[in-house]
Amino acid sequence: MKRARLGTLLGTLALALAGGPQPAWGKSGWDELNMPRGVTNVSTRIYALHMMAFWVCVAIAVVVFGVMIWSLIFHRKSRGAVPDVSLTHSTRVEIVWTAVPVLILIGMAAPAARLLVRINNNTDPQVNIRVTGFQWGWRYQYLGSNVSVISKLSESSTAASMMHSGISPTSVPHYLLSVDHPLVVPVGEKIRLLITSIDVIHSWWVPDLGVKRDAIPGFLNDASFTIAPGKTGTYRGQCTELCGRGHAYMPIVVHAVTPAAFEAWLKHQSALQSEAATHPPTTAATSG
Amino acid sequence: MAESHATAVHAEHDHKPHGWRRWVFATNHKDIGTMYLILSGVMFFIGGTAAMVIRAQLFKSGMKLVDPEVFNSLTTLHGLIMIFGAIMPAWVGLGNWMIPMQVGAPDMALPRLNNLSFWILPFAFTLLVGSFFVPGGSIAGGWYMYPPLLQQFGAAFPMTIFAIHLMGISSILGAINIIVTIMNLRAPGMSLLRMPLFVWTWLITAYLLIAVMPVLAGAVTMQLTDHYFGTSFFNAAGGGDPVLFLHLFWFFGHPEVYILILPAFGIVSEIIPTFARKPLFGYDAMVYATASIAFLSFIVWGHHMFTVGLPVAAQLFFMLSTMLIAVPTGVKVFNWVATMWRGSMSFEPPMLFAIAFVFLFSIGGFSGLMLALVPSDYQYHGTYFVVAHFHYVLVPGAVFAIFAGIYYWLPKWSGRMYDMRLAKWHFWLSAIFVNVLFFPMHFLGLAGMPRRVADYAPQFTDWNMVASIGGFVFGASQLLLPYIVWKCVRSGKPIEANSPWEGARGLEWELPSPAPYHSWQSPPGEAVLARADKH
Repeated sequence: MKRARLGTLLGTLALALAGGPQPAWGKSGWDELNMPRGVTNVSTRIYALHMMAFWVCVAIAVVVFGVMIWSLIFHRKSRGAVPDVSLTHSTRVEIVWTAVPVLILIGMAAPAARLLVRINNNTDPQVNIRVTGFQWGWRYQYLGSNVSVISKLSESSTAASMMHSGISPTSVPHYLLSVDHPLVVPVGEKIRLLITSIDVIHSWWVPDLGVKRDAIPGFLNDASFTIAPGKTGTYRGQCTELCGRGHAYMPIVVHAVTPAAFEAWLKHQSALQSEAATHPPTTAATSG
Repeated sequence: MAESHATAVHAEHDHKPHGWRRWVFATNHKDIGTMYLILSGVMFFIGGTAAMVIRAQLFKSGMKLVDPEVFNSLTTLHGLIMIFGAIMPAWVGLGNWMIPMQVGAPDMALPRLNNLSFWILPFAFTLLVGSFFVPGGSIAGGWYMYPPLLQQFGAAFPMTIFAIHLMGISSILGAINIIVTIMNLRAPGMSLLRMPLFVWTWLITAYLLIAVMPVLAGAVTMQLTDHYFGTSFFNAAGGGDPVLFLHLFWFFGHPEVYILILPAFGIVSEIIPTFARKPLFGYDAMVYATASIAFLSFIVWGHHMFTVGLPVAAQLFFMLSTMLIAVPTGVKVFNWVATMWRGSMSFEPPMLFAIAFVFLFSIGGFSGLMLALVPSDYQYHGTYFVVAHFHYVLVPGAVFAIFAGIYYWLPKWSGRMYDMRLAKWHFWLSAIFVNVLFFPMHFLGLAGMPRRVADYAPQFTDWNMVASIGGFVFGASQLLLPYIVWKCVRSGKPIEANSPWEGARGLEWELPSPAPYHSWQSPPGEAVLARADKH
């Protein structure tokens, strides 16, 4: 209770410093403490592994720091502690504190290894999308169709991000996390991304999907995920490999829709884009 | 009579140069050590200034203090300067000062080489820092210089690569000198397993340097020929492989992080027994743990590349090898705690920094263990979680150990005591604000903030503000250190005994403070060695 109030107080103070209102969307910044659980088969398992590792670390810290703090309090000269100079080694203790960590590590490595193998199983996808990073944006090509989407930072964010723009980022919806044309995917289907780059190394990351893969020129990386049925919505991420001046300005936005809506969208886009191809002057409108 | 004659003759032989010649033609390990430490301090504040601008830019969402390209230059230079300019020269400086005294030698084995390895560095850093001011600015692709991005920078690109060549040559020469000194100039009777741990950890570090600096030099040279001589080592369009550079770089890069931290382990292992008034627990285990860490450091480089698309088997191997490092590192932490256990501790500034080191380095170790788990790393990689991790091991890790070493040995070097009250202020400000600075970065990374972004979404503002405020106070409080050292050297109260520390043992404390020009003019006998033995 007290902590929550302190948080609010600090939050208000920070807001006063920031000189702007809290955005109407999203959580308050103070609540952003942990990895999102996410919405895919991959992300929820990663979250569980992450929390397991975290609590193991906390437990070790409690024991080790506990002994240390005990020592710092009770074995100090000012309390008249007399050093036990004969305590210089103990083979038995040393074996124990080598063996116990090994066991703990095995306990952590086993589920991690299982999950690793599972995550990297990219077989039998239902939708294949080629993702191409460039300075600075992403291109999404739906394999097996003629649909291709160029996805760049939204106009409102771009305008606000300019030097001396005078536009407050809090007045822009999803500042730096919105794009002109998002990636549209169906929920409940296994989606495989084939990731590459045409210039420098980028990295495609959406925390809620639990997917991060580097986009490397000359390489085709793959990653796959299935969004839980019912988890339609918008998921946002960013490039996570420094790629030049625009690194902070190439977000990723994923619209997860029902399979029926996805089929309809793909058909509509396909028609629009073939029309655009036959009538070159018309610019392709691919907005989702 | 004979003795006084010998002293007189020796004094004549001293004929140490004065004025600027003393420094430019320096061959004395103490003078060279001092120059290394001053250079390290200068670079620490230059790199720190870059960090202050970075934290100001990241103070809130939409802050536009500097252009994104300049921001990228600053993060790149901050990394290169702190690693190669601040921490590594500090270790060489401390090694220069202490290794001859600790092994019972008059000086380093190769004094002229010592001079060369120092005097290369000002030129290297002039190139590196100067590259910020050439047209197009310094390289802005991060300190690990991945291609093809690095190929996009102008005149700063060859300047940086030549700077790295020079730093590499300097490091290798310095490492050779340290190995030869330790191997050949130890006092008779000082077997390897009687060496102080600072000497041990430096010996192992020196081998790491010789093993990996050439790899870095080779890798950046390949980038240079890709750019200017039409090769395609890393150019996919020419049949090359950008990932090859990542492998080469991290084959250097992982041992490099142990180069930065192993001497810290050594210093902390010297200081904790002194102020716990109790010998180091498990000396042999400490030596073997250091050697194991050094060996493992060569087979874990893939953990920097989990999202690159390595084969699953390779990811598995690098995960397991990385997790293994937790075992010898754990042994070290347990040994430090056991040294404190049932000791009789007092908390002078070196001990305070050493204790903070054990706590905060362990926190960096915990996040390191979490990062080793590949599936979790898919989420952590390239985010502020990683920034938090490596700053925890390098700032309250390596840098605090350097501070601890300076506060421990400054009375030895100068024969004077520093202002203990100010040093404690330096400690408490550093220890508190280093956490205000770096702990929130864990939250930012987990919540989805990538590293090296010049601007970010508004929901990340709150913790970034906390981190920035922590950074400003931490940065400002570092100005205390040069003032404390200056004040001590100028007007510190002379210490009467060889050692101001009640519990200090070791050959360096058998010499008067300040130590004579040629530290051990004759090797210490077995009686002195036995008194100095810590275990």
